[in-house]
Amino acid sequence: MSTIQSIAGQNEQHPDVALVERVRAGDIAAYDTLVRKYERQIFRIALHITQNREDAEDVMQDAFLKAYEKLDQFQGNSKFYTWLVRIAVNESLMRLRKRRTGKLVSIDEDLKTEEGSVPRDFADWAPNPEQNYNQSELAEILRKTIQGLPHGFRVVFVLRDVDRLSTEETAEALGLSVPAVKSRLLRARLQLRERLSRYFRRKSAPPTAQEKRS
Amino acid sequence: MTCTEFLAILDDVIDESIAAETRTEIETHLKKCGHCEVVLNTTRKTIEIFRCHEIYELPTEVSERLHTKIMDRCKKVR
Repeated sequence: MSTIQSIAGQNEQHPDVALVERVRAGDIAAYDTLVRKYERQIFRIALHITQNREDAEDVMQDAFLKAYEKLDQFQGNSKFYTWLVRIAVNESLMRLRKRRTGKLVSIDEDLKTEEGSVPRDFADWAPNPEQNYNQSELAEILRKTIQGLPHGFRVVFVLRDVDRLSTEETAEALGLSVPAVKSRLLRARLQLRERLSRYFRRKSAPPTAQEKRS
Repeated sequence: MTCTEFLAILDDVIDESIAAETRTEIETHLKKCGHCEVVLNTTRKTIEIFRCHEIYELPTEVSERLHTKIMDRCKKVR
């Protein structure tokens, strides 16, 4: 049974492959479909790296344009999305470099900190702790929490845990080794957990706006 | 299993890529170590919360504007 499944798995073609083929054959409507499919994810990754909406909008446009121009170079050994992310990450880093007037920017910077590599906060969280906050309060907490991480951790966490790419795909998209992705993912997860614990722990959870008013 | 050993395979536990024989060792450790149990549960919850909440919204009008720009620029290429 497992053999049959694995053979079927190997032969199964990702739906993007057919779209890419159509684009190569001159069907621009197929590219429109690909852009719609991934534009939100590409915007999110660009914003996680650049931390600037205007830059993220520019990166999103440039990445899709570059991918379109270079489509003949896409080998099909990897997923189209992984290849697209790699372009978007490079564009984002270039944008950061421009902001910093030419100072070299890489996905490896600011990673020396050992903060959060060992858990320190062992307080249990309230059940469904996110429900103690309204939508905008929660979004603000999550933004503040993830912005505190170096971008090399943020982007690994987003690709692996939010976009659900595999470790290998994340490594390919970021030009990192598999062990580097694994090590960054563990540290990103632990640091985020530690930071969120301040808001979500069972006993010292701050009162909600509603509780404050009553 | 020690806490350090558990921490070293925390990601594999979360991603459910653990060999059956190690799974028993983990369960035994978690039964007697409240700290590791909290770390595991709250790390899982951390991932779930980030997965379920979009923190960088792309409003439809912005997305439409950018989409049109992208497609216009692509059409000029070929």
